Amino acid sequence: MTGIEAQVQQPYKYGFVTDIESDVVPPGLNEDVVRLISAKKGEPAWMVDWRLKAYRNWLKMEEPHWPNVKYGPIDYQAISYYAAPKKLPKLESLDQVDPKLVATFEKLGIPIEEQKRLTGVAVDAVFDSVSVATTFQAELAKYGVIFCPISEAIRKHPELVQKYLGTVVPHNDNFFAALNTAVFTDGSFVYVPKGVRCPMELSTYFRINASSTGQFERTLIIADEGSYVSYLEGCSAPMRDENQLHAAVVELVALDNATIKYSTIQNWYPGDEEGKGGIYNFVTKRGKCAGKNSKVSWTQVETGSAITWKYPGCILQGDNSIGEFYSVAVTSRRQQADTGTKMIHLGKNTRSTIVSKGISAGRGQNTYRGLVKIMKGAEGARNYSQCDSMLIGDQCGAHTFPYIDVRNSSAIMEHEASTSKIGEDQIFYLRQRGLSAEDAVSMIVNGFCKEVFKELPMEFAVEATRLLGISLEGSVG
Amino acid sequence: MLEVRGLHVAVGGTEILRGVDLSVKAGEVHAIMGPNGSGKSTLTQVLAGHPAYTVTAGTATYEGKDLLALKPEERAREGLFLAFQYPVEIRGITNSYFLRSAVNAVRKHRGQEELDPLDFLAVLEEKLKAIGWDDTLMNRPVNEGFSGGEKKRNEILQLAVLEPRLALLDETDSGLDIDALKTVANAVNKLRAADRSFVIVTHYQRLLNFITPDVVHVLADGRIVKSGGPDLAHELEAKGYDWLRAGAMVS
Repeated sequence: MTGIEAQVQQPYKYGFVTDIESDVVPPGLNEDVVRLISAKKGEPAWMVDWRLKAYRNWLKMEEPHWPNVKYGPIDYQAISYYAAPKKLPKLESLDQVDPKLVATFEKLGIPIEEQKRLTGVAVDAVFDSVSVATTFQAELAKYGVIFCPISEAIRKHPELVQKYLGTVVPHNDNFFAALNTAVFTDGSFVYVPKGVRCPMELSTYFRINASSTGQFERTLIIADEGSYVSYLEGCSAPMRDENQLHAAVVELVALDNATIKYSTIQNWYPGDEEGKGGIYNFVTKRGKCAGKNSKVSWTQVETGSAITWKYPGCILQGDNSIGEFYSVAVTSRRQQADTGTKMIHLGKNTRSTIVSKGISAGRGQNTYRGLVKIMKGAEGARNYSQCDSMLIGDQCGAHTFPYIDVRNSSAIMEHEASTSKIGEDQIFYLRQRGLSAEDAVSMIVNGFCKEVFKELPMEFAVEATRLLGISLEGSVG
Repeated sequence: MLEVRGLHVAVGGTEILRGVDLSVKAGEVHAIMGPNGSGKSTLTQVLAGHPAYTVTAGTATYEGKDLLALKPEERAREGLFLAFQYPVEIRGITNSYFLRSAVNAVRKHRGQEELDPLDFLAVLEEKLKAIGWDDTLMNRPVNEGFSGGEKKRNEILQLAVLEPRLALLDETDSGLDIDALKTVANAVNKLRAADRSFVIVTHYQRLLNFITPDVVHVLADGRIVKSGGPDLAHELEAKGYDWLRAGAMVS
């Protein structure tokens, strides 16, 4: 055999199941289930009302079928909307976390015990529907930074949650956002007070474990005036034959002169060679640059999921605000991704940058979909978009759908796009210098993604590089 | 060093080499000349192991080993180097990172310790000094935006750093102006050594004005039709290739 061809992929490394007793709500969705989830979380009346409003809206909405992905119908009544490990610790002491959960996160490379944790990174560990541990909370509190599960924030900081929750992604924004609003169970909450530069990286690790459940997490990050925060999320799930739904909502709010940097390393189970199983990752992520000179920067490295449907976007409302989107999306095996960003320019002199790198291997299908909208009042807005696609092998596909809508003639728009194929000659050149075929592909791909990787926090850039190597391993003959 | 016997090679079903015999001893410099399409580049590519070429008959022995049984990277680690006619570009990877990875792949194979970036820098500076070049190419992405001359120079620089025992140069002179040609030729001359052999493929005699080969071969229609000393190159320059091709057909 010669040349480049799809071969057997290396097995998914994080596909193990933790044997732990769970409290699972029976499959099905109705108003009682929504009320039950709210009750389990001990939520105030305004929350349950908001959830019900979203649920009633959701009933009238239709699942979107415009993305460039194919999958069978989802039976929303067959999904369980709540699963939690039974022995739940009181979050005051990490010593009370079930050792099995600690071991699970250890195995995923996320030590929960603080002393072992990478210095400078605080972690919120979410297992199925609940947060099981949040590290460094006391340390962060010294700076006035709140970092806790959102269920806890609803109880302890209702004034902040009520003020901002749903202001960036309304309860009826889209089908999956409405569903999330009705049934979300946990996620992270961050508040960085005025003028504070958050002293460490914050991160959340999402783990799906139970079968036949969906994970619906909700994240809300608020950066008050002149503050700065860098946040990272990671995710993985066991290998199962069924498809599992992950429908998250992330809302970011940056006030005057504040900056939020949000990085994602997504490694949900992608399904097997034949496309059986894997996570449906249908998420809504949006940041609002509410204040002047504010900045929201998204960096994502997407290697997992059977199907990805996500468009982390920025609403550039404050004058001189900045939105950024740096993305690497890899599809191999039979993975499908329809991902990109939305940049909505409202304020004057707002600027946005989009750098998207799509890599397709095996029978993967990779679509970039982006919207840049310059509204009437956005005098002097600027956008720079760059979409690069790389193909490995001849059974995969790359697609690009950039939408541009300009309503102010002073706008300056730049768009660059390229498609390249890792050629036999490129790989041969590197092999002739002594590199193995796999190292050759890894080097070419990493070079291709460099502009995105350099945006990641240092420790995670190393992780991303490694992950990319693993997910493409075996895709070259 | 290298023994090629009755080598037949096809690409996409078309036979390009039709029984090549070549014997290169340690420290020798062989030039392979010939008209366009005679199979010169194919010979270097197949010796380096390009997967697009199929060996249909014949053998190639390199330092006593069956060369054709080795993967391209194994040949490279065993000290076979090909200076490409068309070096490829690799976005986002600096030349120095690439070269250090290559050096370390070879060192690992030899059971030597891998070089960290600082150690590598020291080795690199020593090699650059030996051939009288500076390091302006090192921090740029591999071959990206390089001029034709820079690409060729980069190939020779890699040769210098990787210290192969058998170096194949595929039309390294093509596309070079006379000054660049001299620069490259001087570097090659400095790299000649008793334990290092060269096979230099060239279309024109002019490179051989600066690098004096031990043996000159003429490859035509997939076979070596004539071999001789350095003077053969001058004869070819004056007479062209047709007289040899006709001869080859008759014989």
